[in-house]
Amino acid sequence: MATFKDFRNNVKPNWCPGCGDFSVQAAIQRAAANVGIEPHELAVISGIGCSGRISGYINSYGFHGIHGRALPIAQGLKMANRNLNVIASGGDGDGFAIGMGHTIHGLRRNLDLTYIIMDNQIYGLTKGQTSPRSAAGFVTKSTPGGAIEPDVKPLELALSTGATFVAQGFSTDIKELTAIIEAGIQHKGFSFINVFSPCVTYNKVNTYDWFKENLTKLSDIEGYDPTNREAAMNTVMQHDGLVTGIIYHDTETPCYQSKADRFDEQALVGQELMMGETKFNELVKEFM
Amino acid sequence: MLHQLSWKVGGQQGEGIESTGEIFSMAMNRLGYFLYGYRHFSSRIKGGHTNNKITVRATQVRAITDDLNILVAFDQETIDVNYKELSAQGIILADAKFKPKQPEDCEAPLFIVPFTEIATELGTSLMKNMVAIGATASLLDLDDSVFQSVVNEIFGRKGEVVVEKNMEAIAKGHEVMNELLGDRVGEWKLVEADGKRRMFMIGNDAVALGALTAGVRFMAAYPITPASEIMEYLIKKLPEFGGAVIQTEDEIAAATMAIGSNYGGVRAFTASAGPGLSLMMEAIGLSGMTEQPLVIVDTQRGGPSTGLPTKQEQSDLMAMIYGTHGEIPKVVIAPSTAEEAFYDTIQAFNIAEELQLPVILLTDLQLALGKQTVEPFDYSKVEIRRGKLVNEVEAPEVEKEYFKRYEDTTDGISPRVLPGIPHGIHHVTGVEHDQTGKPSETPTNREMQMNKRFRKLDALRFDMPIYTKSPHEEADVLLVGFNSTRGAIEEVQERLATEGIKANHAHIRLIFPFPTEEMQVQMAKAKKVIVVENNHTGQLANIIKMSAGGHGKIQTINKVDGTPFLPGELHNKVKEMLN
Ligand SMILES: Cc1ncc(C[n+]2csc(CCOP(=O)(O)OP(=O)(O)O)c2C)c(N)n1
Ligand code: SF4
Ligand SMILES: [Mg+2]
Repeated sequence: MATFKDFRNNVKPNWCPGCGDFSVQAAIQRAAANVGIEPHELAVISGIGCSGRISGYINSYGFHGIHGRALPIAQGLKMANRNLNVIASGGDGDGFAIGMGHTIHGLRRNLDLTYIIMDNQIYGLTKGQTSPRSAAGFVTKSTPGGAIEPDVKPLELALSTGATFVAQGFSTDIKELTAIIEAGIQHKGFSFINVFSPCVTYNKVNTYDWFKENLTKLSDIEGYDPTNREAAMNTVMQHDGLVTGIIYHDTETPCYQSKADRFDEQALVGQELMMGETKFNELVKEFM
Repeated sequence: MLHQLSWKVGGQQGEGIESTGEIFSMAMNRLGYFLYGYRHFSSRIKGGHTNNKITVRATQVRAITDDLNILVAFDQETIDVNYKELSAQGIILADAKFKPKQPEDCEAPLFIVPFTEIATELGTSLMKNMVAIGATASLLDLDDSVFQSVVNEIFGRKGEVVVEKNMEAIAKGHEVMNELLGDRVGEWKLVEADGKRRMFMIGNDAVALGALTAGVRFMAAYPITPASEIMEYLIKKLPEFGGAVIQTEDEIAAATMAIGSNYGGVRAFTASAGPGLSLMMEAIGLSGMTEQPLVIVDTQRGGPSTGLPTKQEQSDLMAMIYGTHGEIPKVVIAPSTAEEAFYDTIQAFNIAEELQLPVILLTDLQLALGKQTVEPFDYSKVEIRRGKLVNEVEAPEVEKEYFKRYEDTTDGISPRVLPGIPHGIHHVTGVEHDQTGKPSETPTNREMQMNKRFRKLDALRFDMPIYTKSPHEEADVLLVGFNSTRGAIEEVQERLATEGIKANHAHIRLIFPFPTEEMQVQMAKAKKVIVVENNHTGQLANIIKMSAGGHGKIQTINKVDGTPFLPGELHNKVKEMLN
C-alpha cells in the first residue's frame, strides 16, 4: 500500500518559504495515502495561480489547466473515468472570481470529486491585487483606498447552492485538514473544501497569527451536527465564516453519475468504440 | 409534368409550419424523391413570419431554387413576402380564414381553400396543416396513401382515432382542391421517382450520428442556434451507450470539460456557433498546448456579436484557423453536404486523437439546418483510429521518473498514456513544458517543443481535401466555395455548360492546413478563379491567395444578407464577371 511518501515527486515547489500551500500539498498527500489509493489512481487538476502549481508537486496524474477552469476539466475527466479519484484545486481568484460560475454549477451538479480552494484572500501570482475573498476595506495594489466590494462567503455560498459536502480547513492544522480531505475523497459527491492558506508575501492582515486568534474548531462546539443544513448555516453566520471542520455532510443525495439516465457503471474509457453494423443500421433507418 | 417541384409553406411562427413541411417532405422522400429544404425563421418562438421551402426532384439536388411552383399560405404576409418568387406555372393556395388578397402585380392564380374551416369541422383547427397537405396532393395528383406511414409515425402515439382524423383531413383537402382545380388536376404532377428509401436529414443530424459512430460517449454543450440539434440528438441516444451529455453553464465549461474527458481517454466534443466559439478560444489553445485531442463543431451563423443568429453566413473562417492567442497546430475541416458531414465528423475524431490536437469541424447554418436527401451511410467505411495510445507502461528505471508524454519523436507525435495507468504518471500543463510535462522555460526546450508540436501536421492524411468537378483542362472559370454553397455552384456549372462556358468547380473541404498543391493544380487549369462566399471580406479568397497565390486571377462574389446563394442569382453574377 502506498504511503504519503509515494505521493511526493522530485519537483521542488517554487512557492515562497512559509506559504500556506506547502501544508495543503502535504495534507493531500497524507489523505490520499490514508484512504488507500495508489498514485496512478489519483488525478489532481488545478487552475492558474501560485496555488495552481500544486498539481505539479504531487506524484500523481496532474493537469495544470487555465485560470478558473480546473472544475470543468476535472468534471470532464470524472465523466470519462469514474474509477479515478479526482481532486480539483486552485486559488480563491480561480474559484471565486474568474471561475465562480463553474464553482456554483459544480456544486449543483454534484459529480463525485473533491474541490480544494487554497484561499489566501489575495492574488498571489500576479503580485498582490484584491481577490473576491479580500474583506471590504482591504488595501492592496489594486485597491489603494481599500476594497469597496464585500467579500464572497464561500461556506454560505456552498450551503445555499446544493452542496452535499462543505468543509473548511486551516493549512497549519495538517491533522484536521488531512481528515477533512480524506472525508472529502470518500464522500460520494462533490466535496467543497475551502482552506485558509496564508500568503506570507502579500497578505499582511490574514496571517497565521490572525487565524489562530480568530478561528473556531467545529469539534469544539458541543453537539454540532453536520447533517443539519440550517444549523450549519447558522453556525457559519454566527462565526462570520471563521470555523474549521466538516460543516455539512449530506450522505443521502446520490451523485450526478448515479442519477444520469443509464450512465455506465464502469468507466466510460473502457468501452468499445465501434457500435457494430446492426446498431448502426438501426440508427440510419430512423432517418428514412 | 414537372421535372422539379419547388414548394413553400408559410405562416406565423408557432403555427405548425415546420411540421407541415416535415410531413410533406417525409412522404416525398419515401417515394424516392431527392429533397433539399430551406427554413426561413426568426429569433422568436411565436409570431413572426416563417416559411419552409422544399425542392423536390427525381435526381440529387443540393440547392434551393430561385423560383417557386406552389405557395401554401396561412397568412397574408406569406403571400406578400413570397409571391414574387412564383414561376409562370406558380400557384397560391391560401387559407380562406384570413381572407387572402392577391397583390396587384401578382399573376399566379390564387386558390382560396377553407383549410381551417375543414379542420375545425373534423374536430380541431390544428389539422389545417393536414388539409393543406391534402390540397397539395391534389395538385401533384398523389394518392393519399403515400402519407399514411408518416402520419402513423407522427400521430400513432396519440391513438388510432387521431391517425384516422388526420388522414381524413388530408382526404378532405384533396377532395376540395380537386373540385377547385377542375380539369387542371395533375398539371403539377412530378416525374416519377425510383421508390428507393434514402435518408432525409439535416447536417446537424449527420454530425451527431457521425460523432456517435466515431465512439463519442460524452458531450458537453451550451444551447445555441444553429447547433443545438447536435446536442439534442445525443441527449436522446447517448444513454443507450452508457454515455451522457452535460448542458454546461457556458461554452468555456463545455470546451474544457471536453478536454478533461479526452484527457481521460473518452472521445468527447462540443458544438456551438460564433459567440460560443469566441468564448472557447482559450480552451482551444489549452488543447493545442497540452496536446489533448479536442473536436469542436462550429455551425457558422451571421456574425459578429449576436449578429444574425438565425441566418446564413460563412464568416468564422479566419477565426477558426487562427483563433487562440499564440501559435498551435490545428486542423479545420469544412464538409459541404450531410454525407460529407457524417464521414468528416468521424475523421475529425480520428485526426484529433492521432495528431493530439484540436480539430474544428466547420459547417454553416444552411448545411446545419437545411434538410436534404442522402444515400444511406455505409458502415464498412467507418474506421476508428486512435493513434499512439499506450495501454501499458513498464516501470521506470529511476523511481518516480515521469513518463515522457511529450517525447520529441521524429513525427512529433508522442505516446499518449491515460490517467489511471500504472507507471504512466506525467504532468500536463498549458505552461511550456519538457518531455515529461514539467514546466520548463529554457530556450532550447521551447524551440524543441514548438517544433515538435507543429511537425505533427506533416503527418496529416486527408482523403480528398478538395472536392472537384473539373472536366475542363482549359476552363474559362474555376468556381470555388466551401460548406453549403456546393449545390448552388453545381447548378451554375451546369447552366454555364449549356451556354458553352467551360466552368470547373473546386469545393474546399480541408480548410487548414490548406491543400496548396491541389489548389494550384485547379487554378492552373482556369483563366479566371471566382470564389463564392457568404462573408464580406472574402476570407476564403484571402486564404487561397496566402497559400496558393493567384492574386491576379482571383475574384470574389460575396453575399452577407443572411440568405444562401440561389443558383439563378449566382449564375447572373458569374456571367457579369466573365463578360
Ligand atoms: C484569463 C486569465 N486572466 C488573467 C490571468 C492572470 N492571473 C494568473 S493567476 C491570477 C490570480 C491568482 O489568484 P488566485 O487564483 O487567488 O491564486 P493565488 O496565486 O493567490 O494562489 C491571475 C489574475 C490568467 N492567467 N488568465
Ligand atoms: S506569493 Fe503568496 S501565495 Fe504565492 S507563493 Fe508566495 S506566499 Fe504563496
Ligand atoms: Mg489567492
